[in-house]
Amino acid sequence: MSMTMTQKILAAHAGLKNVKAGQFIETDLDIVLANDITGPPAVREFARMGVENVFDINKVVLVPDHFTPNKDVKSAEQCKMLREFASRQSIENYFEVGEMGIEHALLPEKGLVTAGDVVIGADSHTCTYGALGAFATGIGSTDMAAGMATGKAWFKTPSAIKFNLTGKPRKWVSGKDVILHIIGMIGVDGALYKSMEFMGSGLEWLSMDDRFTMANMAIEAGAKNGIFIVDDKTREYMRAHKNKNKAFSKRMRVFTPDKDAHYDQSFEIDLSKIRPTVSFPHLPDNTRVIDNVGDVRIDQVVIGSCTNGRISDMEIAAKILKGRKVAGGVRCIIFPGTQAILLECIKQGYAEIFIKAGAVLSTPTCGPCLGGHMGILAAGERAVSTTNRNFVGRMGHVDSEVYLASPAVAAASAVRGYIANPEEF
Amino acid sequence: MGKAFKYGDNVDTDVIIPARYLVTSDPEELAVHCMEDIDKNFAGDVRPGDIIVAGKNFGCGSSREHAPLAIKGAKVACVIAPTFARIFYRNSFNTGMPILESEEAAAKIDAGDEVEVDFATGLIRNITKSEVYQAEPFPPFISKLIESGGLAEYVKAQNGGGQ
Repeated sequence: MSMTMTQKILAAHAGLKNVKAGQFIETDLDIVLANDITGPPAVREFARMGVENVFDINKVVLVPDHFTPNKDVKSAEQCKMLREFASRQSIENYFEVGEMGIEHALLPEKGLVTAGDVVIGADSHTCTYGALGAFATGIGSTDMAAGMATGKAWFKTPSAIKFNLTGKPRKWVSGKDVILHIIGMIGVDGALYKSMEFMGSGLEWLSMDDRFTMANMAIEAGAKNGIFIVDDKTREYMRAHKNKNKAFSKRMRVFTPDKDAHYDQSFEIDLSKIRPTVSFPHLPDNTRVIDNVGDVRIDQVVIGSCTNGRISDMEIAAKILKGRKVAGGVRCIIFPGTQAILLECIKQGYAEIFIKAGAVLSTPTCGPCLGGHMGILAAGERAVSTTNRNFVGRMGHVDSEVYLASPAVAAASAVRGYIANPEEF
Repeated sequence: MGKAFKYGDNVDTDVIIPARYLVTSDPEELAVHCMEDIDKNFAGDVRPGDIIVAGKNFGCGSSREHAPLAIKGAKVACVIAPTFARIFYRNSFNTGMPILESEEAAAKIDAGDEVEVDFATGLIRNITKSEVYQAEPFPPFISKLIESGGLAEYVKAQNGGGQ
């Protein structure tokens, strides 16, 4: 029986030859992840399960990244709870502020996820790791606790939608524009309960950073996971980000979908035709191409996050901001995804470009993306943001607005003071 | 039996419980702010046993278990929608927050209708309109989880009762 790429990974981890869409299975887990918001309830549920130790101290990853550096006393208490649990359980991969990064930028960088893995994370953007050819999906704190206790999780085997990518994207068009285009096309529940599998000759033109961005936002189409075929770029990335711990270094397994695998739907996406794309409030599927955005004045620009806080995102922002100034009345906040990316920004001179342009450069944190801290919006304010959600009140006041875009559009908009086309630069 | 609160499609976790309140995971503390960004009267008006009826893709967005916990903390008896976002769906069973999928009920129940739900049969009774709707049955695996008393209890049982 033929299977999709996702189904093959799930079958292998369930110890089954075959799985079919709709089948309930229990799989082994390679990584179980939580952060400072979802971790504390998971720690409490774990205690209720009557299990003393986590299933594997190497495979549980805890990253305090959301409200850190601690934004207030209550956040500090949540982080303390996570820190103490990590210490009590001798968790190998607990990342304290200073070595911490935004979890979905950090785990691939540290080589904690490899192709063929099954990963659950108590964070909806866990699907990011699909860029590496892994099955990765978001779950809640109780599922996370069960995963920590047993090293297993239950799944309903998903059916899938195929995205065959061809052509070369134009200058200033990145993975963000491609995924916003796709979400605009299929809707915020267009892939509900399903896998989104990305393949085709166009992959050649998508960097790993582009792929991380696209897999990251699979959840914004309702998908269970987004996943990319493994190619030379994936292999090269994994070689360059190898984890020294033996638990990870030899794990890579490459799965490919069967030629006659069943897909509920198939889409042909010509990357050369994609325009810089913006999601208007208040849903990610409310997209418009840059040519149709009209006059949208802005108060803030945010460049960073688990969606677009990687080094190539910083490079694009630096290219546009170099020698230019952030428009008067606009606050531009740039937050690289990890300490390593921040350091690279300094080495490459991007940090100086940002600061001279009048932007602020932040330590890695999820803060502004979810209206936590480090850039909250007031009533009536508008932000262009490279993050992933523009729900009502997402970045602050219930009457504020978020426009999702690529780093190129965001940086161009910071300079102009309204949503702007990077092609004009 | 309870009164229906009605909302549209794609009610997201950020409006069910905004991230600014995620400095706690206590259901009763969360309930005070439940739904406040789309309905600031909800937390004050909701009574134990009331139900939420909404459009498709309820609970989309974040993985925060705080979303079903906030609704549970508000003592809502059940959420009815044609479809639920998948993480919210899992989290609801795992935290013991009852949900039912029914396109018909979601379409026909109006705000303020008195509604009664029988979880054993999946029958949804609209007392105000004298109508009955049948919800989608749970898959057997989910039923087993519910019977065990949620995921924590299920894991505990599988580990030999927590010895």
